[in-house]
Amino acid sequence: MHLLETSCEGPWSVTAVGGDLDVVGGPELRQHLMALISGGSSRLVLDLSGVDFIDSFGLGVIVGALKRTRLLDGDLRVVVPVPRIRRVFEVCDLDRVFKLHKTVQEAVSTP
Amino acid sequence: MTQSQDLFAAVRHKSAGSAAPYTGEIVLEIPAQTEFVSLVRLVVSGAAQLHPDIGPERVEDLRVAVSEATTNAIRSHERVDSAAQIQLTCNVTEDQIEVTVRDRGSGFDPDNLPILPDPGSPERLLHESGMGLRLMRMLADETEIRPSSSGTCVRLVFYGSKRNRAAVGG
Repeated sequence: MHLLETSCEGPWSVTAVGGDLDVVGGPELRQHLMALISGGSSRLVLDLSGVDFIDSFGLGVIVGALKRTRLLDGDLRVVVPVPRIRRVFEVCDLDRVFKLHKTVQEAVSTP
Repeated sequence: MTQSQDLFAAVRHKSAGSAAPYTGEIVLEIPAQTEFVSLVRLVVSGAAQLHPDIGPERVEDLRVAVSEATTNAIRSHERVDSAAQIQLTCNVTEDQIEVTVRDRGSGFDPDNLPILPDPGSPERLLHESGMGLRLMRMLADETEIRPSSSGTCVRLVFYGSKRNRAAVGG
């Protein structure tokens, strides 16, 4: 996993990541998201456009971060434009737990 | 000639335009360290990509399912502090790819795992794990998990498109 970019879109902290979100990359992502949340950011956008691979470990990190933001009345919105990455979320029914967005713009403009 | 050399000889035949079947077995042993999971993905997806009857979407399914099985095996070794190697075989035949992951870890009962709450339930967010087995079962055409006192053997089978078409009567 590598951080591609971090930016702000209004109240949203946007993190773009690339590489593999697995048992190696997942903990790195968790550390980054937890640092954002501990620093007071509870409205997060996670842009997975540059991710090459995700498995259940990566999904678990995202579910955990989403839970923590919602406990703070915030949210975590996930941008997944690549069909093969999206499919992994769908197989686990996570597209029914939270909405998967195709662009960062769509994620931050959804009410 | 070893079995894996057989495989690559078959690949060379194929690239030279021969009708020789693309079959063979790759055997891989890895230390029980998470850093090796990406190597396993690379090897099995490389073998699958060369198969004339396995499409790109099925290669992705195989990458995810094998990653799950390998990660589980490594975790299982970590729990008992085992220094043993984890063994993978990737058996390529004309109509399928079969991947077997054998560990010597603590073992687990696939029928006794927590059931994930409905996706619409707020309790669903309390479960950060438990999705790996579901991914394996949903993505592979056959999933078999054989736990024993000396470890676990996971067998994943991915059919080629011809076999899948035959299965649905196409």
